[in-house]
Amino acid sequence: MKRIGIDVGGTNTDAVLVDGSTVVGAVKTATTDDVTGGVRTALRDLADQVGAAIAATAAVMIGTTHFVNAVVQRRSLNRAAALRICLPACASLPPMVDWPHDLAGLVDGGSYMVEGGHEYDGRPLMPLDEMAVAEAGRRMRADGVRSAAVTSVFSPLTSAFEDRAADILQSEHPDLRVTRSSTLGRIGLLERENVTILNACLQDLAEETVRAFETAIAESGIAAPLFITQNDGTVATAAVAREQPVYGFASGPTNSMRGAAFLSGIEDAMVLDVGGTTSDIGCLRAGFPREANNVVQVGGVRTLFRMPDVLSIGIGGGTVVTEAPLTIGPVSVGYRLTRDAMVFGGETLTLTDIAVAAGISEIGDRGRVAALSPGLVREVLAAVHRRLSEAVDRMKTDAAEVPLLAVGGGAMLAPDRIDGVSEVVRVEHFAVANAVGAATAQVSGEVDHVFRDMDRDALLRMAEQMARDRALSAGADPATLKVVDMEDLPLAYLPGNAVRARVRVVGDIAAR
Amino acid sequence: MSVPVRVESAVPAEPRPPRELTIDDIEALALGAWILGTGGGGDPYHKLLNMRELYRKGHTVTLIDPHSLADDARVAVLSNMGAPLVGQERLADANFAVKPVRTMERYLGHPFDAVMSLEIGGGNGVHPMMVGALTGYPVVDADTMGRAYPEAQMTSVAVAGLQCFPFTLADIRDNEVIIPRAESWKWMERISRKACTEVGSVAATCKAPRTGREIKDHGILYTTTKAIDLGRSVFDARARHADPVQAILDACAGQLLFTGKVVDVARRATEGFLRGKAEIEGIADDTGGRFTVHFQNEFSVGYRDGEPVVMTPDLICVVDSVSGDGIGTDVIRYGQRVSVLALPGPEVFMSEKGLEAVGPRAFGFDLDFRSVFAETVSGEAAP
Repeated sequence: MKRIGIDVGGTNTDAVLVDGSTVVGAVKTATTDDVTGGVRTALRDLADQVGAAIAATAAVMIGTTHFVNAVVQRRSLNRAAALRICLPACASLPPMVDWPHDLAGLVDGGSYMVEGGHEYDGRPLMPLDEMAVAEAGRRMRADGVRSAAVTSVFSPLTSAFEDRAADILQSEHPDLRVTRSSTLGRIGLLERENVTILNACLQDLAEETVRAFETAIAESGIAAPLFITQNDGTVATAAVAREQPVYGFASGPTNSMRGAAFLSGIEDAMVLDVGGTTSDIGCLRAGFPREANNVVQVGGVRTLFRMPDVLSIGIGGGTVVTEAPLTIGPVSVGYRLTRDAMVFGGETLTLTDIAVAAGISEIGDRGRVAALSPGLVREVLAAVHRRLSEAVDRMKTDAAEVPLLAVGGGAMLAPDRIDGVSEVVRVEHFAVANAVGAATAQVSGEVDHVFRDMDRDALLRMAEQMARDRALSAGADPATLKVVDMEDLPLAYLPGNAVRARVRVVGDIAAR
Repeated sequence: MSVPVRVESAVPAEPRPPRELTIDDIEALALGAWILGTGGGGDPYHKLLNMRELYRKGHTVTLIDPHSLADDARVAVLSNMGAPLVGQERLADANFAVKPVRTMERYLGHPFDAVMSLEIGGGNGVHPMMVGALTGYPVVDADTMGRAYPEAQMTSVAVAGLQCFPFTLADIRDNEVIIPRAESWKWMERISRKACTEVGSVAATCKAPRTGREIKDHGILYTTTKAIDLGRSVFDARARHADPVQAILDACAGQLLFTGKVVDVARRATEGFLRGKAEIEGIADDTGGRFTVHFQNEFSVGYRDGEPVVMTPDLICVVDSVSGDGIGTDVIRYGQRVSVLALPGPEVFMSEKGLEAVGPRAFGFDLDFRSVFAETVSGEAAP
C-alpha cells in the first residue's frame, strides 16, 4: 500500500512516498503562511520525483506543529466557554485558575460550574443540574461564544454527565461546538480540563487548517483520504482530527521517533534527535514512543494527556560555544546557522564548527576552523558526549542495554559509545524521518479505567477488549490489531481492590 | 539506646509576636512541607492554588507562637483525609476545610481560639492556612508529627497519651459525622476511615481539640516556620544558582547520606498503603555504593550496601539532586538523580513510647532504632 507522509513544521514542509517498507521518494520545501501553499509545492515536487506512482496513493498522512505553535505563540485562538460539572466540590478553584494571564485573557469565553459529577467508584456525586446547564448554554449563545469545553468530576470513569450536558448545550445553542474532557484526558481534573479548554479554543484554526490540507491534496489531483498524525504515533481521520487538535500537539517528536524505527527496522530503542537548538531524547517500545505519565506544560498550561515522554536539552548543531570561560549553550544561532557559523563564513563558534574541526562532519569550509586548538575541540566534544549520554540514561526505564537511534541534522554529535546502550545506530534519510513517521502511522484504541473487585487476569482481559473495540471504531483492520501497552497500578487507600489499568491496542488502517 | 541530642530552634524567652504571612511565605511553606513529607503527605499544589486565590481576594493568615497560647486556649487540629487519587478529581476547597471546624464548635458549644496542622509534611502542612484565611483564626506555629506519617496514632499527642476524641468529619454535601468517643487512637483511625470511604474517600476533618497547655507540652513546635524557612532556602539557592540540596542540609541541620541514580523501584499497594523500595546506585563521591530506601507511604528505612544506616523517626528525604524538590513515593522512578538526606526527627518520637508508635518496628523492620544524629553527641553505640 502506497502512502504519502507530510510533516508541516515551523520552517520546512517535508513529504515522502512510502510503498510497503520502502521510501520511494522524499522532498523538502519551505512552509508557507497559508499552509496550503507549502503542502501543494511539496506534493508537486514529490509527483515530479516519483512520476505516475503517486496516483495510486491510498492515504495522505500529515503531521503538523501548527496547533501547538498557536498556543505557544498565542495566535489564531478562538474564545471558548468552560463548563465544569462538579458542585458542590471544586468550587474554590474555577476553570483556568492556574493559566498564564495573557493566554486566559485571550481565550476566556466565560466559566460555569454546575452540580453533578461522579465518585471514584462510579456513583453520582450529585445528580446533574440540567436547568443550570441549559442556562449556561443560553448565556454562551447570548455572548456569541461558539466553542465550549465540558469537564465533569471523574468523567474518565463514566462520561454520562458530559454527554448529557453536551446535548443540552447544543439544543440551546445549535452552533456550539463542544469538547468533552472524557474524550481527551486522564484522571486529574484541573489538567484534563486545561487540555479540554485548549482543544476548544483551537476549533476555528483546526477547521481552517484541515480544510487547507484537503484543498491542497485535491488540487494536486490525489484522490486519497487525509489522516492527521497524533501524539502517540497513530492517525485520526480528518473529521476526528478537526475536533481534537490537541492530539496532534507532540506529533513532531513522535513522528521523528517512529520514522527512526521504520528506517532502522529497530522497534525497541532509545532515540536521540539532535536538531539545531535542542536534542530530544525519547524511548521507543514496540515501535511506539513511551508516554509521559506526568504533567506536561504547553504554553505555560499544565496538561495531562496522551503525550510522548520526551526530554529536551540545549545541545544542537547551532549551539554556541565560548572559549574563555568554556561554555556550551544553551544559546543557539538556530536557523541562522548557515550564516553565523564559522564554517559558513560567520564569526560565531558553534557545535557544527567543532564537529567539522573534529572531522566528524563535512559541511562548509573546513579551512575556517583549522586554527581551533585540538585540545579545545576534544574537550568540547567530550562535554557534549557526557551531557547527551547522561540525558539518554535519564530517559531509560530499566538497566538493560538497548540500542540508540541517532537522527536529526546534528546526529554526528552523538557519541559512538554510551553506557547502557548496546549500539549507536545512525539512521539513513534522517532529514525526513518526521515525514516517514507520518507515512507509517497506525490506528489505536486506548483504555484508562479503574476496575474494582476483579482478579488481575479478568480485568486486563476486559480492558483489552474495550481498547480493541475503540481501535476498530477508529478504523483499524481487525486482523492487524496488537497490544502495545498494558499496565495495571493497584490504588492505595481505595477499598474493593481498586486497580487502575491502561491498555493500548494498535492496528493498520483498514482498506476501504 | 542512645539519647540523641540535637540543635533545635531554641525556645524564645518571650513568645514571638504574631506574624502576618505573605503569599511568598505560603509558597515557601508548600515547598518546605513537600520536602518534610518524606515522600508522602500528598502534593500541596491544589492547596497552594487555593491560598493564591484567597490572598488575591484580600484574605491573610496570622501565624502565632505556641507559647503565646493561654493554657486554656482552644485549638483545632486539622487535616484532610483520603486517597491522593480522589484528590486529583475532587479538588481541595478552602470553604470545605472550614466545615468540620464549625461542626466541632457546635458540638462543643464554644468557638476555637486558633487552628493548627495535624502534620506539617505534604498538603496537610498548608491545609490549616486555608481555614485561617477564611475564619480569621490564627494558625499555631506547630504540628503533631513534624513530618508526615500514615496513621492517626503516629502523632506526638497520641504518644503522650492524650484523649483521641471527639472527632468531626465533613463531606462536601450536607453530611457531617461526629465521633464523640473511641476506645483508642487506633479505633478512631478505623472508624473515621470507614466514614471517609463512604463519602468518596476524601473528607475534611477536625481531630480531638487540644488546649493551649497540651500544645505547649506535647505539640511539635515551630514546624510551620521551619517549613517556610526550608522552602525559602531552596528558592534562594535556586535563584543564586547555588546547590539547593546543600541549602536543605543547612536549613535543617541535616546530613547527606547518599547521591545516586534510581535504578529500580518496586511498588505494591497492600492494606491501604503504598509499600515498596527504591534502589539507588551511587554517583560522584558514592560511586560503587548502593542505597536501598524502603517506604510505606513515606520513606521508612534506608540501607547502604546492605547495612541499615537511617530509619524512622529520623526524617528520610529523597530529593531531586538538581532542583531540591521533594520526590513522592508514588512518583519516584528509574533514572532520577536523587540525593538521600537525613533530617533530625522530633524529640518526642525518640522515647520508648514514641518508638513503639513510629520506630522501625511499627513499619515491619526488626531493627533497633539508631539515629543518624546520635554519634554527634556521645559516640555511644546503640545496642
